Amino acid sequence: MKHTISVLVENEFGVLSRVVGLFSGRGFNIDSLSVAPTNDEKMSRMTIVTRGDEQILEQICKQLNKLIDVIKVIDFNEGNAIDREMALIKVTAEDGNRAEVLRIVDIFRAKIIDVTTKSYTIEATGAPHKIDAILELLRPLGLKELVRTGAVAIGRGAKGWKG
Amino acid sequence: MKMNGARILLECLKLEGVDTVFGYPGGTVINLYDEIFSFKDIRHILPRHEQAGVHAADGYARATGKVGVAIATSGPGATNTITGIATAYMDSIPMVIITGQVPTGLIGNDAFQEADIIGITRPCTKHNFLVKDVNDLATIVKKAFYIARTGRPGPVLIDLPKDVQIATAEFKYPDSVDIRGYKPTVGGHPKQVEKAVSLLLEAKKPVIYVGGGVILGNAADELTKLALLLNAPVTTTLMGLGSFPEENPLSLGLLGMHGTYYANMAVSNCDLLIAVGARFDDRVTGKIASFAPHAQIIHIDVDPTSIKKNVRVDLPIVGDVKDVLKQMLKVLSGQAEKAAAFHKGIVPWLQEIEAWKAKHPMTYKGSASVIKPQLVIQKLRELSKPDAIVSTDVGQHQMWTAQFFKFSRPRTLLSSGGLGTMGFGLPAAMGAQAAFPKRQVIVVCGDGGFQMNMQELATLVQNRLPVKICILNNNFLGMVRQWQELFFDKRYSQTCMELPIDFIKLADAFGAKGFRATKPEEVEEVIKKGFAAPGPVIMEFKVAREEKVLPMVPAGASLTEMVLAS
Repeated sequence: MKHTISVLVENEFGVLSRVVGLFSGRGFNIDSLSVAPTNDEKMSRMTIVTRGDEQILEQICKQLNKLIDVIKVIDFNEGNAIDREMALIKVTAEDGNRAEVLRIVDIFRAKIIDVTTKSYTIEATGAPHKIDAILELLRPLGLKELVRTGAVAIGRGAKGWKG
Repeated sequence: MKMNGARILLECLKLEGVDTVFGYPGGTVINLYDEIFSFKDIRHILPRHEQAGVHAADGYARATGKVGVAIATSGPGATNTITGIATAYMDSIPMVIITGQVPTGLIGNDAFQEADIIGITRPCTKHNFLVKDVNDLATIVKKAFYIARTGRPGPVLIDLPKDVQIATAEFKYPDSVDIRGYKPTVGGHPKQVEKAVSLLLEAKKPVIYVGGGVILGNAADELTKLALLLNAPVTTTLMGLGSFPEENPLSLGLLGMHGTYYANMAVSNCDLLIAVGARFDDRVTGKIASFAPHAQIIHIDVDPTSIKKNVRVDLPIVGDVKDVLKQMLKVLSGQAEKAAAFHKGIVPWLQEIEAWKAKHPMTYKGSASVIKPQLVIQKLRELSKPDAIVSTDVGQHQMWTAQFFKFSRPRTLLSSGGLGTMGFGLPAAMGAQAAFPKRQVIVVCGDGGFQMNMQELATLVQNRLPVKICILNNNFLGMVRQWQELFFDKRYSQTCMELPIDFIKLADAFGAKGFRATKPEEVEEVIKKGFAAPGPVIMEFKVAREEKVLPMVPAGASLTEMVLAS
């Protein structure tokens, strides 16, 4: 089961390696991880997409909470959060398929951010499954390079994480 | 007052109530040692190896309940502390370890004696700190002690670069600590406590399963009160020994791989298991699927990650065990009628347990010609003082001590349970003796483990620490040999310590005393002589070479599949 967890941490030296070390040391999976500072400059926020059954997810959240530098762990359930990801995609775009690439970009409301006579570089944003979908369509046309940010997530509704 | 970082550290230690530290000097702590030279409020003990220094601080902490403190220099000094830190981490021992570090400007440059000790100790400390600014030092020390001793205790490392020791700052020790990501739970949830008591009172076949948390949380009195009030049987893990008096008929002794027949049978047949400060380690549970198969499980632990990690739990209570047990006692006191019915209800269960005890008591086959190691342990108990502290190494002798010494007081057994560190016994005893100069401190070790830290004889003699060292010498790495006998067709690969060492001469070389027993009738006399002699003593017992620790549950088997003493 895929699961998205937000981890609010002290913006201090070595915190990322504490979190990552916890996952590797205990054999937990990380599908993706993204981290950056928040509106409170002393705090960073990580979004971790992980896999495991209920018992493993419970352990992951408890173990994260046990780290001294972790301020809060938010375990997002299906439906109570919005997640988004960005991808930068370099595709082959020569005579035959230049128009096809543009059509796909248009359908997914993505953007062309760099052009050469042989390629397009695309910026696509959306829920991770939407990124998967555009990639599926672009792959047969010649995918040269791909960078994904990993998902970031935020809870739905008027309340912030502090409630 | 303005002072340098080295002095600030010492002032902080003093304010934390530290009276003894175990440390080893070196290039990046030379400034700290210069301050120690004239700082009279803290006793400094110099071990002969940093690992032993950390084990000594650990032994000090286990025996006293206070935070143990060790110091080492950067690089090799710091890396030598790792086994000691990992040992303390696995057994949740409160410690603060201070390591020197190369000057901040050189960090990351592969400088002389540089090691990334923060990176290296991240997975084996509760937390660690690199001090980059002398102005943060006092706050960091305050936090380190707070983290080490609260919640589930553990070791905390402070990495202190040389330039920070030299730099000066205004010294002010903070009165309180506020760490927003660290708020350990204290009291148990009242509803959960009430539910636990009613589950307990409905049970017909309860067992109380006690771990090291009861000792660490100073909750032995509350635990004993609860057991006596309920008249319920108690089994303990290795780390829990001493939390409930083993001479009490309700005691089932040790459970698990080398536990008693009756403890393992009781756990396998109980209808309610109440785990207090224990973590369902694989050496305790055996095969998880058949562990306590008929029981509802209540689990009390200060660390939420311990709960439901290995086994299913029907009723978790997160909280300090002392507080939770107090809460339970209070709830129980209002339910006298139910308690009376409960007492009647469990009589058949207690009878069943008595029958198991009669069928397979904890025993061994004696001998008139060769010293049985179990005999030595029994004689040690008989001839030692009631408040003696016993430290063990790791292996067969450790299990025999756990089985036959019969502990009755908390903090009288010091043993590396989680990590199983050979070489732990002697330095840990050294730390305990430094804390309690007047008490009898005994090490039980094998010939293998003793040789891992025997250099500490020098520390004992130099500091007049009269530790009594009992070596059960079988010229084997006995526990591994036992496994090779049982599971590897007696192929004794590298477990025979062929060189016969003269431990008596060794003692003499260090300025300690040595006595040897080779026959059963000499055991008592050697122990008496050893205990009577002033100063550190080695008592060597040439024991039956291929004696096995029994009962034994083979790794991965169910608790009921015991190999019993014939």
